[in-house]
Amino acid sequence: MEDKRVSLKEAIAAYVHDDLSVAIEGFTAFICFAAGQEIIRQRRRNLTLIRMTPDVIYDQMVAAGVARKLIFSYLGNPGVGPLHCLRRAIEKGIPRPLEIEEYSHYGMVGRYLAGASHLPFFPLRSYIGSDMPRVNEQIKLVQSPYGDDVVAVVPPLNPDVAILHAQRADRFGNTHLWGLLGVQKEVAFAANKVIMVVEEIVDESVIHSDPNRTLIPGLIVDAVVYVPYGAHPSYVQGYYDRDNLFYLEWDELSRDHERVQAWLNEWVYDLEDHAAYVRKLGNETRERIRPGTAPAARIDYGAYR
Amino acid sequence: MTELHPSNTEVYSPLEIMVVAAARALAGVRTVFVGVGSPNLACNLARLTVAPNLELIYESGVYGAQPARQPLSIGDPTLVTGATSVVSMADLFGLYLQGGLVEVALLGGAQIDRYGNLNTTIIGNYVDPKVRLPGSGGACEIAINAQRVYIIMHLKKRAFVEKLDFITSPGHLRENTSRQKPGIPGKGPQLVITDKALFDFANAEQEMQLVSLYPGVTREAISEKMGWKVRVATTLIETHAPTIEELAIMRKLSSGGS
Repeated sequence: MEDKRVSLKEAIAAYVHDDLSVAIEGFTAFICFAAGQEIIRQRRRNLTLIRMTPDVIYDQMVAAGVARKLIFSYLGNPGVGPLHCLRRAIEKGIPRPLEIEEYSHYGMVGRYLAGASHLPFFPLRSYIGSDMPRVNEQIKLVQSPYGDDVVAVVPPLNPDVAILHAQRADRFGNTHLWGLLGVQKEVAFAANKVIMVVEEIVDESVIHSDPNRTLIPGLIVDAVVYVPYGAHPSYVQGYYDRDNLFYLEWDELSRDHERVQAWLNEWVYDLEDHAAYVRKLGNETRERIRPGTAPAARIDYGAYR
Repeated sequence: MTELHPSNTEVYSPLEIMVVAAARALAGVRTVFVGVGSPNLACNLARLTVAPNLELIYESGVYGAQPARQPLSIGDPTLVTGATSVVSMADLFGLYLQGGLVEVALLGGAQIDRYGNLNTTIIGNYVDPKVRLPGSGGACEIAINAQRVYIIMHLKKRAFVEKLDFITSPGHLRENTSRQKPGIPGKGPQLVITDKALFDFANAEQEMQLVSLYPGVTREAISEKMGWKVRVATTLIETHAPTIEELAIMRKLSSGGS
């Protein structure tokens, strides 16, 4: 197999081009802020950004002007309040107008599932009685072919590029992930290109010692990128905590477009890469988000020779 | 937390009696779909009082969470550590929620109408909104699939409205359009828990009706805060004030541990 290790700069330059659709997924956990910020740094334009929960990372990317369109299901700063930059873009067209295409969570999950398994649609029990199908004609209600039941259907979604974060992978991209699994597996299988960003590159033997934990096989991974703390201020289960303080501070800072631009200059444009960002965060922040330990009980797969 | 009322020797805030009322409503319940904030607090209080077997389900993919701290978001890592099971969102929505395993779901919204329909999408016009709200998240399918829906909202005139700007999550829909039709398995909203009173939908029209007033709250105080002339249940009762024990557990929970 091919060694797929590259730097984040190389991976973004190779796969994320203007006008493409990009899904940086991760439900509260595993959100690859490092990749989003590298996309800002490389000044991509006209991207269609896809995420169930746009979170602060897409708030930053939209404020930086990289996006033309957003496909999503929940537009909030989780547990804190609204995403101010996204609201400015949608309500006032600042810094540029943003087209939106909106689903519910299960609708987005279903779109990834249909995309991953090459089905023309995914059926789900949702949307009946809601105004959502009225404003998004992609959502349809259909009669069951087996009786008088009615279900909603959503079309497949195959992002041009998925960027996912996880605890560890080998150099071929076989990836171990634990914690909130979100839609990491589904979007990886749905996307045309997959950039896998991890906290640790491990030997193949580590991956093979626990195959149930391999959510994403190297078969569908195009680039493997080592970026410690690459999800900050989101988190990686067992590696570091969510930086809730950052999310609360962003709520204040992001109310003002100029302050956001100053933040982007200080924390993105003026820094060489994510390693510089982590140095700038400093020991104090890294200590603050260091979790205690809670190891799983050992299991034995057995040897069968 | 402006007005404070006495409970025997303790005083409590409108928010506190709302949380206590929500916890009591979960008596004997086995599975609850929960969000952060006061619903999370209510579920943890219920687990320590009236519903010892209550399993907390979060849309982030967690079944049987045992949070060691109050989570800021529904994706907090404390929900994962020590949980019974952590699954993909495809499994959570497909097998747990759509599979009918969620007994009660707690929902809220920016606007609610008399049939318990909820708006969390926009204020104003969809294409050119006055205020863009978060949208559905999982709320639309939760409202449709949970066996029962309990709504937790502060009673305010701009929230309890005659007509929603947008229906995100269906309640009992609208006059002459009952939810008893194919494709909606759940029974919909059964209870609205506010900071002033409780409402249910126990009438033929499944219209929200005032069923229980919190101590010291008048019927006039309720109608002042609603955008329509609210129906009143045949028997209107008064909610018991929070007990000293309920308040003590809740305050310990909200100040840290679980």
